[in-house]
Amino acid sequence: MTTATTTGATVSPTRKGASRARAQLTGDSSIYITIFVALVAVALTLGPIIYLGLGGFRSNGQIAADPTGLPDPWVWQNYWNILTNSTFWRYTLNSLIVAGATTLGVVVFGTMAAYPLARYQFRGREGVFIIFTAGLMFPLTVAIFPLFLLLQDLGLKGMWGLVVPQVAFALPVTVIIMRPFLAALPDELEEAAFMDGLTRVGFFFRMILPLAKPGMVTVGVLAFLGSWNAYLLPLVILTGRDAPKTLPLGVTEFQGQNASDFAGIMAYTFLAMIPALVFFLMMERRIVDGLSGAVKG
Amino acid sequence: MTALEASGTGKAPAVDAKASAAGDHPVTPATSNPRRDARRKRLEIAIFVGPALLIFFTFVVFPMVMAARYSLYKWDSRQPFELAEFIGLDNYTRALIGGTDPETQEIFWKAYAEPFWNAVGNNGQIIVLSMLIQLPVAMIVALVLNRKFAGRSSVRLIIFAPYVLAEVTAGLMWMMLLDPRGPVTQMIQGLGLPTPSQGWLEDPTWGFWTFFFIVSWKYIGLAIILFLAGLAGVPQELQEAASIDGASWWQVQWRINIPLIGPTVRVWAFLSIIGSIQLFDMAWVLNKGGSTGQYSTIATLMVDIGTQRNDGGYASALAIIMFIFSMSAALAYMALIMRRDTANGRTRKAKKGVKA
Repeated sequence: MTTATTTGATVSPTRKGASRARAQLTGDSSIYITIFVALVAVALTLGPIIYLGLGGFRSNGQIAADPTGLPDPWVWQNYWNILTNSTFWRYTLNSLIVAGATTLGVVVFGTMAAYPLARYQFRGREGVFIIFTAGLMFPLTVAIFPLFLLLQDLGLKGMWGLVVPQVAFALPVTVIIMRPFLAALPDELEEAAFMDGLTRVGFFFRMILPLAKPGMVTVGVLAFLGSWNAYLLPLVILTGRDAPKTLPLGVTEFQGQNASDFAGIMAYTFLAMIPALVFFLMMERRIVDGLSGAVKG
Repeated sequence: MTALEASGTGKAPAVDAKASAAGDHPVTPATSNPRRDARRKRLEIAIFVGPALLIFFTFVVFPMVMAARYSLYKWDSRQPFELAEFIGLDNYTRALIGGTDPETQEIFWKAYAEPFWNAVGNNGQIIVLSMLIQLPVAMIVALVLNRKFAGRSSVRLIIFAPYVLAEVTAGLMWMMLLDPRGPVTQMIQGLGLPTPSQGWLEDPTWGFWTFFFIVSWKYIGLAIILFLAGLAGVPQELQEAASIDGASWWQVQWRINIPLIGPTVRVWAFLSIIGSIQLFDMAWVLNKGGSTGQYSTIATLMVDIGTQRNDGGYASALAIIMFIFSMSAALAYMALIMRRDTANGRTRKAKKGVKA
């Protein structure tokens, strides 16, 4: 990530040619191009989101009169109505519970499965691993209707109906990330632990779990984000009045019920974005690492 | 990435060392009886791997198999499956050519094959346009940003942010912005340019392009971040040496940086193709693929038929067709393009961690 800093360390300042070359590479005039591109990219990314957030502070009359204007005066009503509405909080809580339970399930079962696949010698080990890898080819989209029927037959309703399939479909990528991670822990550690009388199971609980925490956080973060943003599965499964709807469904429901309330929809959509953005800011490193790690795999 | 990369490279020797060690003596010296130890080990493996395997087979593999089975039946999904009628491959021929019965073929072509091929065309166009537009744009942005400047990490963070937003929220946001009376329309009219009268997304020609723009806004951050991560791995000495020899900025990018991040680009392309085939959320949120299917995809068509028309058999056939598309894209891609990377030492190490 830090190309420029590493160069500073490896290239000695006495090498005039190199530093001149660097000046040319990261040259004086081209810095303006970089800054220009950076500004355009940031404006295109943030502009729409900021517009959305500001739109929530306007009234429908203001928006109709001048779509591109700023709030004048600032209207707090839209956000206030949503934030004092219990359904918004219920949907947020549902999303949180489902995503939390999915994450827990993925991390627990994924790490457990990855441990023997990484550190045991047994026949069929590669076969089991290939089965999980092949799972990457099976998207939830393809299986959605049979899955719906299966969940009905098994009586898995509401949140459980979301959590269990989401864990199942997140397992392949989890095992793929966790296995090399666990395999990379030094063998000496294992030998020393066994010498001290620890069993393989003991080794898992005493050594693997603490040492694998970074990997577990990575897969957990990806699972959480996937579950938090999920749309198709809740859409198909959470039908009916009492279904514990998640936030993405809440957003579309609000839009459906208040189609002409532009300002309200903007406020609702913006509020629904905030948790994901906050989570992203906290976990940015993990998300990027996890994605590029998964990509490498 | 560093941890994973390290694990990838460290994997191969670790396995070899363990394999030879396992041949000589039991791995765990905790028990003295080798037979009891072997049984115990099998039990441990079953307890560790069993739950994951059980969940995986029940909720991933089994529904896939059932989808294949349902696709061979004429089945009103409001009825129990026992009442369904076996019709062989009829659902598939309907989708592809409007069925084999000459009497109904014309009607079925209109009802089944036309929306199907329209959706396939949209998926295909998104794949091609991603390679022709998203890839060069992301590459140029990554190359230009691949240097030190004030606020660099914040810029990267912001560029990546749309990728983590839910499709639902991002889609609705753009629906607001692109409303016929919304800000984008007003700004473009302000420049004196014409705007589509039915709105951006509903216009027969603009609809698809608008959708493609929204999809690109949402996903291009991943490409940029992956390319930047790849560029960080290119040895700086190479670029400096080339500059000393008089290579221009463009020559350095074209001859050194772009070729060296080839593997990253190819992996991104692979993800992009698979993602384009399975595209659903964004198209569904934006008015279910458009009122005349301007940007409907195989997945939105499938869900539409499964939930609105309750044709469980035909929806399952579409699901299987989509699966066949992604599977063959993946296999062809691995055979033709990724093989080059696995034959090349740099990436082989990283790959081995997974495949070994």
